[in-house]
Amino acid sequence: MTFDVAIIGAGIVGAACALECAREGMSVAVIEAREIGGGATAAGMGHIVVMDDSEAQFALTRYSQNLWIELSKEMPADCEYEACGTIWVAADEEEMAEVHRKQEYYSKRKVPTEVLDARQLQEAEPNLRKGMSGGLRVLNDSVIYSPCAARYLMERAQKRGAKLIHGRVEELKRDGAKLSDGSFISAGLVVNAAGSWSPLLTPGIDVKKRKGHLVITDRYPEFVRHQLVELGYLKSAHSLTSDSVAFNVQPRKTGQLLIGSSRQYGVEDSKVENLMLSKMLDRAIEYMPKLAGLSAIRSWTGFRAATPDKLPLIGPCPEHENLYLATGHEGLGITTSLATAKLLIDQILKRPSAIPVEPYLPSRVKQEAVHA
Amino acid sequence: MRETVSLAVNGIPVTVPQGAMVSAAVAIAGFIGFRRSVTGQPRGPLCGMGICFECRVTIDGQPHRKSCQIPCSNGMDVRTDG
Repeated sequence: MTFDVAIIGAGIVGAACALECAREGMSVAVIEAREIGGGATAAGMGHIVVMDDSEAQFALTRYSQNLWIELSKEMPADCEYEACGTIWVAADEEEMAEVHRKQEYYSKRKVPTEVLDARQLQEAEPNLRKGMSGGLRVLNDSVIYSPCAARYLMERAQKRGAKLIHGRVEELKRDGAKLSDGSFISAGLVVNAAGSWSPLLTPGIDVKKRKGHLVITDRYPEFVRHQLVELGYLKSAHSLTSDSVAFNVQPRKTGQLLIGSSRQYGVEDSKVENLMLSKMLDRAIEYMPKLAGLSAIRSWTGFRAATPDKLPLIGPCPEHENLYLATGHEGLGITTSLATAKLLIDQILKRPSAIPVEPYLPSRVKQEAVHA
Repeated sequence: MRETVSLAVNGIPVTVPQGAMVSAAVAIAGFIGFRRSVTGQPRGPLCGMGICFECRVTIDGQPHRKSCQIPCSNGMDVRTDG
């Protein structure tokens, strides 16, 4: 049989796309080499956050966050959706100025926030080191257990007829996907949602692996109440060339804490690197000294699918007939997965979208190259 | 005679030889359940070598300490919730 659409990858992005396509009555095949949500989906922290690095990033993250808020009303408990909010922590007065800038940006766009002074921050998060200048609390931000969320989206797609096919795609063709076992999945459209593996299947797209480390602790309920991110993150995470670490701690519904984060380019090996791990933990302990006394039970790594302008690739792939891309989500794939699926299906069905699609079109990268 | 250390397990005073692990002190104090699992099941030491994590107790206010790997010291306050 020929499917209307074959989606490569059952990460959170592929699963969300499968659900949107199935909802529109398309026949859908999702081809996954490993397990549902087994790549960056499982490796990441699972945050649903509004971000303001660019207008386009803001538009996509806010659109998607609203979709998550709607979906959270029906999600099963194992998805561990928790609207804990984010606090952007300002360590000094310079970062406090950034808190005010950010607050103004968000309030203009009707994102609810609260500026916390030093005392309010200390009350909100007593385990932060004393002497912080304050922070910005973003009320609607949340966390989620992403692999279960991906599985939930996939199950809903399957209820609407989507087929999950276990296999490794070797080659994408105009009319389907060739698997490593020699079989061929015939489809009218192909969507490459393979995350950091996507450039292997569509050579030439500007998606690079950006390695990250994470640590999870034992259960310490109430140790941390919000997702905490240092504002210095803006300085470190945005460096496109050098390795960096930033304080980013997240409370899980289980009482466990996820501790991040690190960013590295040009590393292919997935092994946990003690040097990066210790830099990352040192940074976390600098912000939250009592973390040093908690037990970590596991550390691991994953690969973000990074693009040069920190925006995903959503839409038709230039010069490849019938091929769409839904990849390059970097550290925001969980947040932006639902909006990605909406923008993708709108383009497939040639109908208008809730937000402009142009900033995420794969063709923008080529256009920039021409102008450069 | 070997030196001893004195500590408290759930408020009960216990004296053990120096070098004894916290898990031994908990057993001497008469507790079999060291902690409760997430689903409420009682748990106690299984491997005795720091691998199974079943013997975790709260020591001096710090939860999730592996009692089989930590030597007793004078004045320790050990709490179980099994």
